[in-house]
Amino acid sequence: MDFINNNLLTLIVFSPAIFAVLMLIIPTKDRGLKYAALIFSLITTALTIYLWIQYPAATSDPAGFKFVVNAPWFPQINSTYHVGVDGISLAMILLTGILTPLGILISFRITDRVRVYLALFLLLETGMLGVFASLDLIIFFIFWEIGLVPMYFLINVWGSKNRQYASFKFFIYTMAGSVGMLLAIQVLWFALGKTYDMNAIQAALPNFSGTLFGLPAQTIKSIAFWAFTIAFAIKVPIWPFHTWLPDAHTEAPTAGSMLLAGVLLKLGAYGFLRIVLPFFPDQAAQFSGILAILALAGIVFTALAAFGQNDFKRLVAYSSVNHMGFVVLGIAAAAASYGSTDPAVKASAVIAVNGAVLQMFAHGLSAAAMFALVGVVYDRAHTRDLNELGGLWAVMPIYGGILIFSAMANLGLPGLAGFPAEFQVVRGAWPVFTLITALSMIGLLLTGAYVLKAIQKVLHGPVNHELLHHTEMTEINWTERLALAPLMVLMLAIGLYPFWLMGVINQSVTKLIGG
Amino acid sequence: MNSPFPFLTLITFIPAVAGAIILLMPKERGQLIKVTAAVVTFISAVLALFIFFTYDQTKGGYQFIEGPYPWVQSLGISYLVGADGINLVMLILTGIVSFMGVLISWGINERPKEFFAFFLFLVAGVYGVFMSLDLFLLIFFYELSIFPMYFLIANWGWPVTREYAAMKLTLYLLIGSIVALIGLLAVYFSADSVAMGLQPGEHTFNMLKLAQGNIPLAVQRFWFLPIFLGFGVLAGIWPFHNWSPDGHVAAPTAVSMIHAGVLMKLGAYAALVTAVKLLPDAAKEFLPFIIFLVTINVVYGAAIAMVQKDFKYVIGFSSVSHMGLVTMGFATMNQVGLNGAVLQMFSHGIMTALFFSVVGMIYDRTHTRQIPELGGFIKFFPIVGIAFIIGGLASMGMPGLSGFVAELQIFMGLWSGPANGAIYPWYPIIAILAIWGVVLTAAYVLRVVQQVFFGDWDPHKWHDLRPINLGDKFVLVTFTLILIVVGLFPGVLMNMINSGTAPVVKLLGG
Amino acid sequence: MTAEQLNQGLWAVLPEILLFVVGAIVIAVDLIQRGKNRRVLGWLSTLGVIGVLVLVVFQTAPMVTSNATYEPFFSGMIRIDLTVQLFRIMFLVAAALTCLISLDFKPMKQSSEYYALVLFGTLGMGLMAASNNILMLYLSLETTSICLYMLAGFMRDTRPSTEAGMKYFLFGAFTSTIMLYGLSLLFGFTGQTTYQGIASALANLDKLPVMVALVLVLVGFGFKVAAVPFHMWTPDVYEGAPTPITAFISVASKAAGFAVLIRFFVLVFGPVQEHWVGLIAALAVATMTLGNVLAISQKNIKRMLAYSSIGQAGYVLIGVAAVGYLGTAAVLFYLAAYVLTNIAAFAVVEVVTNTTGSELIKDMAGFSRKSPAVSFGLLAAMLSLAGVPPLAGFFGKFYVFTAAVGYQATDPVTGLVTHPLVWLAIIGVLNSIVALYYYLIILKVVYVDRSEGDTTEVQVSGTLKIGLFIAAAGMLVMGILATPWYDLATQAAKLLH
Repeated sequence: MDFINNNLLTLIVFSPAIFAVLMLIIPTKDRGLKYAALIFSLITTALTIYLWIQYPAATSDPAGFKFVVNAPWFPQINSTYHVGVDGISLAMILLTGILTPLGILISFRITDRVRVYLALFLLLETGMLGVFASLDLIIFFIFWEIGLVPMYFLINVWGSKNRQYASFKFFIYTMAGSVGMLLAIQVLWFALGKTYDMNAIQAALPNFSGTLFGLPAQTIKSIAFWAFTIAFAIKVPIWPFHTWLPDAHTEAPTAGSMLLAGVLLKLGAYGFLRIVLPFFPDQAAQFSGILAILALAGIVFTALAAFGQNDFKRLVAYSSVNHMGFVVLGIAAAAASYGSTDPAVKASAVIAVNGAVLQMFAHGLSAAAMFALVGVVYDRAHTRDLNELGGLWAVMPIYGGILIFSAMANLGLPGLAGFPAEFQVVRGAWPVFTLITALSMIGLLLTGAYVLKAIQKVLHGPVNHELLHHTEMTEINWTERLALAPLMVLMLAIGLYPFWLMGVINQSVTKLIGG
Repeated sequence: MNSPFPFLTLITFIPAVAGAIILLMPKERGQLIKVTAAVVTFISAVLALFIFFTYDQTKGGYQFIEGPYPWVQSLGISYLVGADGINLVMLILTGIVSFMGVLISWGINERPKEFFAFFLFLVAGVYGVFMSLDLFLLIFFYELSIFPMYFLIANWGWPVTREYAAMKLTLYLLIGSIVALIGLLAVYFSADSVAMGLQPGEHTFNMLKLAQGNIPLAVQRFWFLPIFLGFGVLAGIWPFHNWSPDGHVAAPTAVSMIHAGVLMKLGAYAALVTAVKLLPDAAKEFLPFIIFLVTINVVYGAAIAMVQKDFKYVIGFSSVSHMGLVTMGFATMNQVGLNGAVLQMFSHGIMTALFFSVVGMIYDRTHTRQIPELGGFIKFFPIVGIAFIIGGLASMGMPGLSGFVAELQIFMGLWSGPANGAIYPWYPIIAILAIWGVVLTAAYVLRVVQQVFFGDWDPHKWHDLRPINLGDKFVLVTFTLILIVVGLFPGVLMNMINSGTAPVVKLLGG
Repeated sequence: MTAEQLNQGLWAVLPEILLFVVGAIVIAVDLIQRGKNRRVLGWLSTLGVIGVLVLVVFQTAPMVTSNATYEPFFSGMIRIDLTVQLFRIMFLVAAALTCLISLDFKPMKQSSEYYALVLFGTLGMGLMAASNNILMLYLSLETTSICLYMLAGFMRDTRPSTEAGMKYFLFGAFTSTIMLYGLSLLFGFTGQTTYQGIASALANLDKLPVMVALVLVLVGFGFKVAAVPFHMWTPDVYEGAPTPITAFISVASKAAGFAVLIRFFVLVFGPVQEHWVGLIAALAVATMTLGNVLAISQKNIKRMLAYSSIGQAGYVLIGVAAVGYLGTAAVLFYLAAYVLTNIAAFAVVEVVTNTTGSELIKDMAGFSRKSPAVSFGLLAAMLSLAGVPPLAGFFGKFYVFTAAVGYQATDPVTGLVTHPLVWLAIIGVLNSIVALYYYLIILKVVYVDRSEGDTTEVQVSGTLKIGLFIAAAGMLVMGILATPWYDLATQAAKLLH
């Protein structure tokens, strides 16, 4: 037990990778492989829950991180294997741990090259968990990039028709962002005494002055700020860097979309909270207005775009951009608070970021559920065209119920997960960006519109007999129900009693904002 | 100080002698010839690895020295070889790639005798260059390794372009090497005999002594570029890179592997030990400008690779791009950058050898390399596909693989600036430009992967393809494992490289 | 002249005397057996030359160890030193190999005159190298030339050979007249005929007339070494002459030309070297550039080798221009390498023409499949000519370039030491690239191209194989163990200067 306690984080991060290797060599066939992967991923999930339980009691280091491991890795460049968690990353790790087995459950329908598929899926989990746990920039970057590869192949190999184009675009967009980030990491390394340690950099950055490469320190910081911001903005994605997302989501296999929307997008937002805000508070305050405007644009435009879609999956994909816009709005509010000493503003900022983190979690649940549900229809009807669907409630009543439940959570119905999150964001952002927040309500309105459009087109209206004629629209099966049930429970749990999650988040957010 | 046992000499001369013996074998005994070649390259590789692991890193410097044994005494030419942290990495690279090259060439049935003899001469020459500590010996081996290339390409290469490419390659490389030779002669004559501990008027080709020769600054300035770029031709420095894609494409698989995998490093290595180590003052002045050329290498090579239709040309141009990073690492003139450059040499050597072996395996079976004509091969050759993908990820600098560790350090080197404290404002800009080469690399690698391995499989066009054999699998798995191990545990090589580059940094730092 | 001096003198020219004797014996044997078994004549000549070679080596050995310089013999007509001995060795090796590869040269009747002329020509060369007096120089030079004129036109019943002999003769006569005029001017200026006498008298003379004489003399030497612009005879003579004779002309005669050139210029014109280094350098540039460039477009292998040998002469001239022991040693080494290499090349040409009956390069296609061993000899020869390690040619080029880069001059104005011939080395380098191109083309035709019926191996005569093997092994040995000969050359060169 001591071994597990001492290396809990390392175990969580690397267990999926080890399982991925195991997947490649265990000698069972199709179905056995799937069960094996499920069991493997549940082991990781158990570990994350164990981490969650242990977290309050664990000792924290001066920087506020728990379960810290700091081991030598690459001494020539002064990079160490430094990992640890705080409340924000803990929530994200938990989310990842929960979503992965559900994704595997949904993937039970996959028949093509299952072994590789599941291995990649598990490898992807390591990448995501690693990003949330890293406290060294090089390690952070490594995990950041590692996540890219399995996702690329999941889309490229198991995606739908236009998968080549979509996966390529996804990869190159993210890559372009991350090379900028890599350069920024190196600039910081060089400017701040050649260290990659996040805590050390955070401590050293305010004292960084003078000139570097003939540019004043402030300019260097601004450049680094934008390099990180763009890299993360592509990942979130923030309007106008979002164009890869609808393609990638639409073409990805269902479980891929679930993790993509559920966790991968959160990596970007997490980057803002873990790196951009703590490292560059001044720049963040300076440019917070721009961020807020981009967030607003994201919320409104993508909501409109979602409304205009006839492809069910594309609609859900745009809704992701729309919802992530609220996360960005919360972050922008927090960014703005660094320019102010007013405790009221600080308090609002804390609320906004709390909301943002909760939104990350909540959207992770609801988006995953939505994509899973799209997948259920698509697997049966082989079409995602909303005009070809219709009247399915009559055919698949249970499915209809689940869809409506998830859609409601998605649009922010009180009592479900989306509501407390968006409410806090709006509440926190209001004093800071009153006009923008007000305008973003338009987006909220539109959200309702497109969600209802989707429900109406899929579940209500006349039944498309032609479709039913040559495909059998069977009821949602038990595997799928099993995958969706935990999501629904969690959505409800957060909606009704958000504090079980908010407690740990709030602690770290308060420290982050410094209120 | 001398090595009690002639390890290094054996490493070079075993292949050379075996090459001669193979020439005497009856040509009907193809199998015997192949086995001989495999055994010989294996022995050399094992010896190289043995030295690698017994080298004393804490002591550093040149170890396992043999010589100086006088050769042409009146001119100060001697047989002198030794190993340090830089060339040991190159030696094991040569060992690995040459052994794999023989395995890959198992299917050669057209005049195997001549093929393997030339191949072994080539390998001997390459080993020789890496271990030479005598300038003349270095040139000797350098040219010795150029010529077998001509015959290997012209005889066993791709019939469409082999004659043109072989000739182009040989002439380019020879021009470079002899221009460098003239420069080295000028250095030889201008070194201060007394400071080197010789009689006045006496000269020496011993590089260890020449390093103390107080070469006059005017000589350094005048001859640095001819020497550096002369060898740089083989490293594919723009605009002298033109021979390289043509040569790679026309060469038979094993030769492409050795060529891109090891031979191009010969150019970079020779430029480092001659131009940079013997003319450090001029190096400090010129390298910051040479970096512009290699930036073009990095970006232009990748951009051109992206528009190629021929699979092998893509790889050929990717080598141009990656070798640019090596020289860029030299030009950073600091510890971390040089470390990155040397590791990049190793890592690129392995990954490009992997690429070429994959291209060879596919071409041997399909007889086409046109990317649009291929498709879906991962179904048929999963191991080939996975190996190629991992190599491709390494080449685009994906973390967890060796390419990342190398490229990361090169870019870190760029930010840090030269070790002597000079500040060149364009270094950061170069970093920003050059990193686009990495993005372009990702683009062309993915393009190939998508079409060749994941594109649509045409069951009518590709039927009864010969499966890959055990040797091929072994090659692919070994290369892949090396890329992963170095990527995850860079320490295996980095400590060694660090001990080798430290003296160079000291030279450039003062 | 005392008896002891006479003895010494006779000992010094004993090789030439013996060559004459061998020649006489060959003729006598032919007369006795009435031209029945002509192979005996070839073997006799070959063995005779080898015997003389042994003698020369035997003569040379004490000179190496004692490091002594000898006074001129026969009233200053002849002077023997280490340089001369080294040149003699080259001539004799060339002659021996020529006789050997002549044995099975098919298109020609190997009569006793043929071998005797080769031997007498070699005799003349030995005296050329050893001469220390302008009279002796002219006589020996003509002795050699006349023998070679006849040999070039030896295949009287074929037009090209007759034309070659005629052309060679006309050119030779013309240039030697000019040279004679130059020599007479020197005599007129100084009243001396020995090298030393002329050299010491020259020091007090006005430079302009001396330069005129020098240029005139150079015309004659230039003809012998086939330097541009006195090279015009080369392609036609090489093409027309019997192949073994082409080999002989291309190596021995050229080496002899360089022997007199370097000795005459160092010993006679040494004091005025700053006036002619540039001239020789210019000659070197013109020679190697023209030779190499024109060689590219040749379709006949013998013509190609003719231009190639012009190019090779250009490299040697670099060594001549780089006055000093480095330069002379480089020349001595280069020529030795060149002797072996070019004879090997022509031996292969002989094999090819014997089997295919054609001298065209394209008809050599696929020859590596017909005869791997001979083709390997060609490979070695071509790569050695191109200057590729580990063959002798590489070291030759290396030494020549080293000499050029190392040539020092003191700037008369500033007093600084400069290296003024570096540019020459660079031009040499560029030329060697051009040369590499056409050498590789030959190898490509032989190794890569295919022709009909190239799968059956051809029979090659034993003598040619032996000759080829000796030459190729020599190339390799001189390459890898380059030291002994180069050390000898350095020692000789240091003595000369």
